[in-house]
Amino acid sequence: MLEIKNLTVVAENGSEILKDLSLKIGKGEILVMFGPNGSGKSTLIKTIIGISGYKIKKGNIYFDSKEIKNLSISERAKIGIGVMFQQPPEISGVKLYQIAKFLEKDDNVIFEYARKLNLTEFLDRDVNVDFSGGERKRSELFQLLLQKPKLLLLDEPESGVDIENISIMGKVLDEFLKNNECSVLIITHTGYILEYISADRGCVMMNGRICCSDKPDKIFRDIRKSGYEKCEVCRCKIEN
Amino acid sequence: MQDRKLKEEFKKLEEVGYDVEEKSRAGSFVQENDKVLLADIKEENVEILSIEDAIEKFPEVREGYFGKAFEKLGKDYDKDTKGGYFIRVKKGKKVLFPVQACLLLKTRRFKQKVHNIVIVEEGAELYLITGCTSSKAADESYHLGISEFFVHKNGFLNFTMIHSWKKDIEVEPKSIAIVEEGGVFISNYMSFKPVRRIEMYPTAILEGKNSRGRFNSIIISYPESYQDIGSRAILAEKGALAEIVSRALSFGGTIIARGHLKATSPEVKGHLECKGLVITEKGRIHAIPELETLFQDVEISHEAAIGKVKKEEIEYLASKGMPEEQAQSIIIRGFMNTEILGLPDIIKKEIDRITKNLTEKSF
Repeated sequence: MLEIKNLTVVAENGSEILKDLSLKIGKGEILVMFGPNGSGKSTLIKTIIGISGYKIKKGNIYFDSKEIKNLSISERAKIGIGVMFQQPPEISGVKLYQIAKFLEKDDNVIFEYARKLNLTEFLDRDVNVDFSGGERKRSELFQLLLQKPKLLLLDEPESGVDIENISIMGKVLDEFLKNNECSVLIITHTGYILEYISADRGCVMMNGRICCSDKPDKIFRDIRKSGYEKCEVCRCKIEN
Repeated sequence: MQDRKLKEEFKKLEEVGYDVEEKSRAGSFVQENDKVLLADIKEENVEILSIEDAIEKFPEVREGYFGKAFEKLGKDYDKDTKGGYFIRVKKGKKVLFPVQACLLLKTRRFKQKVHNIVIVEEGAELYLITGCTSSKAADESYHLGISEFFVHKNGFLNFTMIHSWKKDIEVEPKSIAIVEEGGVFISNYMSFKPVRRIEMYPTAILEGKNSRGRFNSIIISYPESYQDIGSRAILAEKGALAEIVSRALSFGGTIIARGHLKATSPEVKGHLECKGLVITEKGRIHAIPELETLFQDVEISHEAAIGKVKKEEIEYLASKGMPEEQAQSIIIRGFMNTEILGLPDIIKKEIDRITKNLTEKSF
């Protein structure tokens, strides 16, 4: 589904953020990515969808075996890539419902997801304006599920969200994944989302590189025990 | 009542909010160049006449109102006017539907100079929509609109003015509103089409205790247009409250977005908000917010922000599969969203209809 080959990405100031990174996510596979702040995880997601400010210096991104790095953001979305942003922008005057209606014509589907995610009263609000952290995350997940992408890129879906909201989101996402054969890349710090989603594989990103790959719960357990410092020394050279 | 021929003539006025059928209007006034074509009343609580007829019929208009708002500010005004409307709502009366007025420039190099007077008597309520526009033939014409608004004690006036000119026309509205104790004056101004020059700086004098004034403006500017548009509120009595909100959008023209809150009494409040979007490289916006007080015990503030449509916002919508151009268009429509302006539903629907038509044509 997604294949990244030897990707090197630089920021506008010229600094290398992703370094010769290779990664594969198969059809229907759920990959969890761990990594400390600043390791390049969000940059990876932004690069896959094509957000500006990051330049591909080397390497390729393939989606459904087609190279996508020259496609616009909207073209990438249309072929089936969807993102749940960690920090979505506030857009004054643009209603959540307007975006929902663009993504899904059927009001029944819109209202059903809105109900499940406790967002019904947010539909006529300006998107993300004065939303709390949890409300933003629910709104992001809501839009993502209406988009029905083949590949879901979830950037820290549970950061800043209380346990109750993680539970709501986790259950809705799990139900969606059970009913739709999607590939997923989840970036997570806390791992709480893993209580609801059964991921197939986990990996750790350090300094712009994937430094290990293993069963998600094993990696998560090790990180909780020893922190990220050990990741680099104990798990390097493991195949992606 | 309008005859069929007039109705057909007036069809083109729909783009400035004119409702030919008058189904949801309390009355209508139409002036073409210097000729009054219609002064029609549908609701008995409102009086609509040409200014000349009103002066002739009502001595109190000549003696107590005509020119008095300008005199109050010590400002001179053009006496060489012809036409204009007189609209009055009597004490305690509320007009259910808006009154509509339309000033049309019809011929080449015509100088239309009108003097309007609107009186909302004690406890009365009025919504007024004025559309100003020009026909295709009205090349290099000029419009001067002198308007005086009198909102008496506890009166309410919601005045919407929609400008839709063409690129070789020059326009100078000059308006002053006087608001008495507990009175409310709301001005909604929209300029949607190319124009050579508009210069206006309407003023509301909030001279009554607990009087309120609000100016909402949406200004769109096109290449070679010059729009110097401001709003001023003078907070002249305790408890007075004023808000000025403007949205400026330049597709290549120059917009000077002014705002002035002046406290000439203690214990008053005011806020000024000016936001601008420059859509094309050649667009120019100059925001000039001014705050002034003669007293210590006041709360007046402003916020101003100008710039381009944020790339982050376009990319966010694009990531949902929305083409970048459509994303930009939606963001711009949102920026102009009349909900920000806190307009009443009946006016909002009218303006939303007009902005939808215009933005669909523009983008």
